[in-house]
Amino acid sequence: MLELAIGIILGCCALGAGMAMIAGIGPGIGEGNAVAKACEAIGRQPESKGAVTSTMLMGCAIAETTGLYALVIAILLIFVAPNMLVNVLMGVIG
Amino acid sequence: MNKRGRLFKTVDILLIALMIAPVLCAIVLKVLTTPASDGITITGARIYFEIPMPIQNLIITESQINSWLVMISIFALCLYFTHGLSVRSPSKRQHIAEWIVEKVDGLVNGNMGESFASFAPFIASIIALSAFSSLLSLFGLYPPTSDINIVAGWAILVFALITYYKFKCGPVNYLKSFAEPIALTPLNVISEVATPISMAFRHYGNVLSGSVIAVLIAHALQGLSRLVLGWLPGVLGEIPFLQIGLPAILSVYFDIFSGCLQAYIFAMLTMMYVSGAFPAEKYEERKKIKEKRKQQKKNSQQNLEVN
Repeated sequence: MLELAIGIILGCCALGAGMAMIAGIGPGIGEGNAVAKACEAIGRQPESKGAVTSTMLMGCAIAETTGLYALVIAILLIFVAPNMLVNVLMGVIG
Repeated sequence: MNKRGRLFKTVDILLIALMIAPVLCAIVLKVLTTPASDGITITGARIYFEIPMPIQNLIITESQINSWLVMISIFALCLYFTHGLSVRSPSKRQHIAEWIVEKVDGLVNGNMGESFASFAPFIASIIALSAFSSLLSLFGLYPPTSDINIVAGWAILVFALITYYKFKCGPVNYLKSFAEPIALTPLNVISEVATPISMAFRHYGNVLSGSVIAVLIAHALQGLSRLVLGWLPGVLGEIPFLQIGLPAILSVYFDIFSGCLQAYIFAMLTMMYVSGAFPAEKYEERKKIKEKRKQQKKNSQQNLEVN
């Protein structure tokens, strides 16, 4: 019975980590849009390439943050949560 | 050309040795403390030792030691660049040092304005520390920036700077800045607190995700080469030939490009947040009003004395 409970905990943590990374879609689309617009801008005004590129990198980095939140949650779910939850379970059982 | 004596060269060699010694020291420490393991594993920073403290034990981890070693290395690098400065016959390294200083000055002036020109050394040290810490993974060491504690420390420092510059107009104006549209006060408070958290997570997440992906791919390549060469007898089947060189291509992106980009972005965000937090117009208005009051006081005192 205990094995089943621990198995459920581990499986749910892995599932949760995978589902958390669905958030990667958002920054992907956002950064794609940003780069597309930057390419357009450079095509229109090649002389402003430097400024456009640095601004685009800044914007990409900020858009990436939401994806990184998901990554942090996934890492917590994989490396930290199972240990903690199993400890809680052991504490409840006694 | 000026003559360079033997002493000059010895100091040079000593500085270069001081630059390389911390990295070698970190590698030796890592080799001595890491237990042998069969597979490739993802672990956090290794705990070297603990110092007993009244509230909680002070834990000294790999990332702390590594970041101190990086600091020593950068210190030696700076001394090396600025060793033997001369006005008449500048050497190659002086040109490099001047180029770095000019670039950072230009960056700070362009992004923060003239009034923040004294921020250039701080920004330069943030960039250098962050970039060299991330580049430490090229030597197979644990990069301090993939530990959230280190990066959170920097982010808290930046948050303190932001708050200091917001306080320049007095506590009343500081509190008023949260209630700009009154209905959005809780959101403003949350976004203020989220600034250091997002900065820390951004830097740490980027570096850590790079190393995690590199480890996963190295593991996959190991399995793949076993699958391809596994039918050979003895040692021949164990050669991980796909692992040679291929992960290095990824390392160009994840270690070099991403590490340097994150350093640049951290510095840029620091500059933008700090300069954005300082209400320059209000500050000058307040200054003028204060000066007027002072003058009025002086005038009234003079009047009293005359009377």
